Amino acid sequence: MSQPFAKLPAWADYGLIPLVNLVVAFLVAGLVVLLVGENPIQAAGLMVKGAFGSGEGIGYTLYYATNFIFTGLCVAVAFHCGLFNIGGEGQAYLGGLGVSLACLAFGDFLPWWLTFPLAILGAALAGALWALIPAWLQARRGSHIVITTIMFNFIAASLMVYLLVGVLKPLASQAPETRVFGEGGQLPQLGWLLQMFGLQVRSAPLNVSFLLALASAFVVWVLIWRTRIGYEIRTMGFSPRAADYAGISQTRIIVITMMISGALAGMMALNPVMGAQHRMQLDFVSGAGFVGIAVALMGRSHPVGIVLAAILFGMLYQGGAEIAFDMPNISRDMIVIIQGLVILFAGALEHMFRPAIQRLFGRLSGSDLRATPIATGESH
Amino acid sequence: MAEAAIELVGIDKRFGMVHANRDIHLRIERGTIHGIIGENGAGKSTLMSILYGFYQADRGEIRVDGKKVVIADPNAAIAAGIGMVHQHFMLVENFTVLENVMLGVEGAPLLSKGIAKVRAELKRLEEDYELEVDPDALIEDLPLGLQQRVEILKALYRGADILILDEPTGVLTPAEADHLFRILRQLKEQGKTIVLITHKLREIKAVTDNVSVMRQGEIVATLKTADASVEELAELMVGRRVLLRVEKGEAKPGAVKLTVENLNVRDSRGCPAVDHVSFEVRAGEIVGIAGVAGNGQSELIETIAGIRRAVSGKVTLDGLAVDVTGKANPAELRQRGLAHVPEDRHHMGLVLAFDESENAILGYQDDKHFLKGPFLDVDAIRADAEAKIAQYDIRPADARLKTANFSGGNQQKIVLARELERDPSVLIVAQPTRGVDVGAIEFIHRRIIEMRDAGKAVLLVSVELDEIRSLSDRILVMFAGRIVGECGPEASEGEIGLLMAGVEQKAAAE
Repeated sequence: MSQPFAKLPAWADYGLIPLVNLVVAFLVAGLVVLLVGENPIQAAGLMVKGAFGSGEGIGYTLYYATNFIFTGLCVAVAFHCGLFNIGGEGQAYLGGLGVSLACLAFGDFLPWWLTFPLAILGAALAGALWALIPAWLQARRGSHIVITTIMFNFIAASLMVYLLVGVLKPLASQAPETRVFGEGGQLPQLGWLLQMFGLQVRSAPLNVSFLLALASAFVVWVLIWRTRIGYEIRTMGFSPRAADYAGISQTRIIVITMMISGALAGMMALNPVMGAQHRMQLDFVSGAGFVGIAVALMGRSHPVGIVLAAILFGMLYQGGAEIAFDMPNISRDMIVIIQGLVILFAGALEHMFRPAIQRLFGRLSGSDLRATPIATGESH
Repeated sequence: MAEAAIELVGIDKRFGMVHANRDIHLRIERGTIHGIIGENGAGKSTLMSILYGFYQADRGEIRVDGKKVVIADPNAAIAAGIGMVHQHFMLVENFTVLENVMLGVEGAPLLSKGIAKVRAELKRLEEDYELEVDPDALIEDLPLGLQQRVEILKALYRGADILILDEPTGVLTPAEADHLFRILRQLKEQGKTIVLITHKLREIKAVTDNVSVMRQGEIVATLKTADASVEELAELMVGRRVLLRVEKGEAKPGAVKLTVENLNVRDSRGCPAVDHVSFEVRAGEIVGIAGVAGNGQSELIETIAGIRRAVSGKVTLDGLAVDVTGKANPAELRQRGLAHVPEDRHHMGLVLAFDESENAILGYQDDKHFLKGPFLDVDAIRADAEAKIAQYDIRPADARLKTANFSGGNQQKIVLARELERDPSVLIVAQPTRGVDVGAIEFIHRRIIEMRDAGKAVLLVSVELDEIRSLSDRILVMFAGRIVGECGPEASEGEIGLLMAGVEQKAAAE
């Protein structure tokens, strides 16, 4: 009886509300574009065309989406346990170290399909270990995971600068990056995939790690909803007291969840490092860890939603770059504003329109919703 | 006839599929105590929330003193002279009484004037209504009975003429409840109007002038209390004849199954919660622990169930020690034959966001029967849930439905089915019928007695004295973390009530 609003049917919860949020975000973004004296409709056209209008555009969109699928899954897994892992950025950065070490060590003499599993292992391990310390501090010392993971982002950034200007840099080079990996440390492009649809990829860096991202999304679904550990994670996330009651060790679950979360973030590094640049550059994560938060929120922490939201953000990144190129008044920073607005409305203000929509459904529900007692309203 | 203090005309309210209030017409006369009874989910709280401005009615109007008013929010209700004392107190625990009363009506950015005014007003209220409370005491130091008094003072300070009390005696000892009723009568004599919401028939008989019975969102009857018998009211509430007493045979106590020896437990703030508690429970008997909520019962059962750590003491289960000070684990204790129906169904016994079938394995998630390697065996889990749904008549009979969508009684049946069907040797049941409708109460009580008759050792904890007295074979009374007395089920309510208030048995006998 304490629920003052009608329960929403699933399609409204997972479809309508994100859509409304997105539309509002684009409307406000349009106002910003108008403010700098450009035509927002034209800009929107440019963005969609840039992202999906050509094989190369699609290639780039999916390349960016690959990053966001990994970081989105990272945030979502932690969400299911009631943890807010803001450290995806740093865990992904450390993941790059794992990838690079594997590629530098084995890339010169192993074929890519043998280096790849080792790189995945390195990436996942490095990300997981970087998440382990905040997890342990949360579980055993009660240090808040939001604070510690943010701090670990800074530590990761400094650590990687140290490594990239010193330890990992080839002697003669002046750039803060590793040497280019050998043949076996470079992932094959996915051009053939798009060519099957008659598209030309040209230079787009879409690579095999996109398929790994999709596979990871499926594995996360199985993990959360079809395994015992997933059951325990969800119990803990919804109700820590119920977890105590069921004899589930909070410490154990927090540590395991955060390590899985960190491993997923770490695997994001495979895409840019091994798949695109074939070397590790300074700051290669460039915010993907944070975008993952918005992706997870928008995707309602469900792998399918995350893949869709990641593609949307991939579109924003790729299409945004096109706008910046074609519209002189719109700079690269402007695109960041637009992306920020989408994150604001889809992520932070996720529930802004919910009461109104629920009221609307409540009013309609007297007659037509009666027959469908569908329960929704996940509580993160 | 004089204008009624409150008149509700055709109030109607829906929440989606639930028709919470149907065309409610209700007249509450000035200067009376009006009881509203009904089962959980009958719509009492919704109706009062509409009156207090938390919800808006879909249709109908509210008249106060004959004038139509629109109550858009609690501030409007307060302006109309309506005050509310909630079931769960809305007090700032680390503020003083005075600060709590002043909260929201400080009057000025600087507090000094407000403080002086509140202090004077509290003194006046104290004299008028015997509502003594130390204005400078911290809320967290006050017993619940006094905290409730602060809630009443808050409402009166805001000029309430009409006072709504929602289940006010749930946290009180019988003596404290009597005191509350005296205060209510006093308020009535001073011309205040009081609306008392409760599901306890005895309270209705004790204090009200008129009573309205709600069932399934409707007011099915409004009567003069003096003209209505308890049986009649119960029947109106449920819509059929109910057995108010539980039928059970003699207990045949067997071997000792559970012993607790000198147990000491601290609460989450580090204060002693369970203080040198010792007792034993035998196979085939129900031992009831009576006491006002918050006297250590929760900590006691959580410790026995392995959820909480004891400071010292011994517990044995089936003759084998339970490591209560160290590594006791609820999952391991379940395997050893301990079943636990926890008091907090919503946060502990169930995960409301889960499907029914997922909750049917909570705590048994390690059971091989439900697993295929690391994976959940979804088919086996669902089959198990469906069998239990059929056996316990859980409605709706849908193992895929989200647990939050079941009524309180059916949620409790989900927990009972899970815990009882494991054939445990010791059963701990806490507040088995809290928030459960009368029909389900009968069922639950019968199942508990069947467990006893099947030779299980049952430890029952309840704040409902009637429940304790009708189910238990032996009654232990807990006060301030200690067992202050033991008596048989034939002990009078007054006797147990004194013990619950902390009067030692020896002293009581003199």
